[in-house]
Order: sequence, then C-alpha cells, then structure tokens
Amino acid sequence: MRHDLILRVVAKVLIPFILLFALYVQFHGDFGPGGGFQAGVITAAAVIFYALIFGLADTRKVVPEPIVESMMAIGVLIYGGVGVAGLLLGGHFLDYFVLDHDAVHGQHRGIFWVEVGVAVTVSGVMLKIFYMFADRGRMDDER
Amino acid sequence: MVLMAVVVLALVRSRNLFGVVLLSGAYSFLMATVLVAMDAVDVAMTEASVGAGISTVLLLGALHLCRSDEAKPAYRPWGPLVVSVAVGAALVYGSMALPEFDDVTAPIHRHVVPRYLNDGLAETGVPNIVTAVLASYRGYDTFGETTVVFTAGAGVVALLRRRRKDRKP
Repeated sequence: MRHDLILRVVAKVLIPFILLFALYVQFHGDFGPGGGFQAGVITAAAVIFYALIFGLADTRKVVPEPIVESMMAIGVLIYGGVGVAGLLLGGHFLDYFVLDHDAVHGQHRGIFWVEVGVAVTVSGVMLKIFYMFADRGRMDDER
Repeated sequence: MVLMAVVVLALVRSRNLFGVVLLSGAYSFLMATVLVAMDAVDVAMTEASVGAGISTVLLLGALHLCRSDEAKPAYRPWGPLVVSVAVGAALVYGSMALPEFDDVTAPIHRHVVPRYLNDGLAETGVPNIVTAVLASYRGYDTFGETTVVFTAGAGVVALLRRRRKDRKP
C-alpha cells in the first residue's frame, strides 16, 4: 500500500487529527467521556494506521521499539509513583488528598497523573503487540 | 439488536476467516452503538476503538500468518454444544432473578453509588463520574488493571521475542 497516493495523502491529513483527538480524550476525560485507556488505544491506533500505509520500517523510525518497550513499564511506574508519592506525603497508598494543600486539587492532580500512566502503558502494550505480530509476518515472507 | 443477531448468525455460518474478522469488527461497532444507547459512552468508546479497531488489525495480522479458510471439523461436536447450551440456559435462568434495568431500589444502587453520585463532584472536583470512580475511588482496581495490561504485553514480548533471536544469528 506504500505507493497508493490517495491513501498516503488521506493518512497524512488524518493522523494529526487522530492524535489530537487522543489528547483531547485524555485531558478532557475529567469532564466528558474518555480517559487514559481510550486515549492510549487511540494513540496506538494512529501509529498502527501509519504502519499500515507507510510500512513497518518507516514506523520503526518514527516510533522506535525501545521507546515502545519502555513506555509499557513507564506507565505502570507513573501510576505506582503517584501512589508512593501519596505515601511519602503522609497519606495512604493511592490516596490523592495529600498531593496538594487543597484536598480537591490533590484529587485532580492524582487522577490526572494516574490517567497519564494508564494511557502510556496501554498505548505501549498495544503498539508492542502490533509490532510483534507484524514483524513475524514480515519475517515469514522473507524466508 | 436485530442487526447484531444477523451478524452473529453470519459469523457462525461463515468459513472464510477474513470475512469473520471483518464481521466481528462490525459486531463491535453495533455493540458500541448499543452501549451509547444505554448512556455508557466511555465503554462505547473503548469498545469501538479496541474491539473494532485494534483487535481487527491484530486478527488480520494473525490471519496473514496462517491460511484464511477454516478447516472442516473432523467430528460433530455434540458434547460441547450440549454443554454450552446448558450453561447459556442456566445464565438466562439466573438473569431472570436480576432486578430490572431501571430499578432504583436494586441493591447495587443502594450501597456506595449514592455517595459517588452525590459527593463525587465535591470530593474529587471531577465532573465525569466514571473517571472519578475509576481513578480515585477504585484506584487500586485500576492500578491492578494497568498492571494486567503491562503483564499481557510482557508476556507477548517473552513469547515472541525468543523466536526472533533464535533465527537471527
């Protein structure tokens, strides 16, 4: 599909909007539908879309595999880090009230970072699984 | 709902796996529509993006690795059919004792839900109740879920990576 002009142009137009929508879903999740999980999946879908049109090798250049692999762990660490931060500040594990001098602000901050962690992990895992599958297919072709 | 039944029947009848993958994507979109109709927009969004988007792509990738026609079963699977029909009947029988969908006196609406709905905004400052419950009240559960997702990814990496290393040197 790499040489299909229409697909390439449409993909180039659409992908920025998909990523923007993912960010909207992520950061507007407090007020409307959405949140970390959905945003992570949409981000991964945008990259997978790119991979379908432009090929896996180009995608590897845009989103290198080491980054994807570390994203999987970093997300969980962010989530756990929020919990530990609550512990260090004198609350319970995953207790957001102590994250700010105002309890409600603390909640907001905790939820924000937790959602970021979920999004990072989910998009990392989805992309990694996709890379793995797509890579295997290519290897079998080369044989 | 009728469309969903039609899609499921087509899924069962079809022997072409490519068609099956596309039909299950369509099924996910219909499911998402049903969820929107039930006011569960968050779940609908997840269903549309994961069920119809990512999993369709992954299944197509898996399909690329194997033949696209389902093999004819070697024997008639009467035993499993009986078991699944029995389990399904038991579930339907059990669901008849569930409270009505819009019954406000159902136990689930009496326990912690009133507090979430009434005090959630004041306690967390987040207007979207789903986000508040997911990330704050049920923070442990969501942490567990994130870990499950991470573990799944790590499992796939562990299973598929070794093969690649074996072949490369």
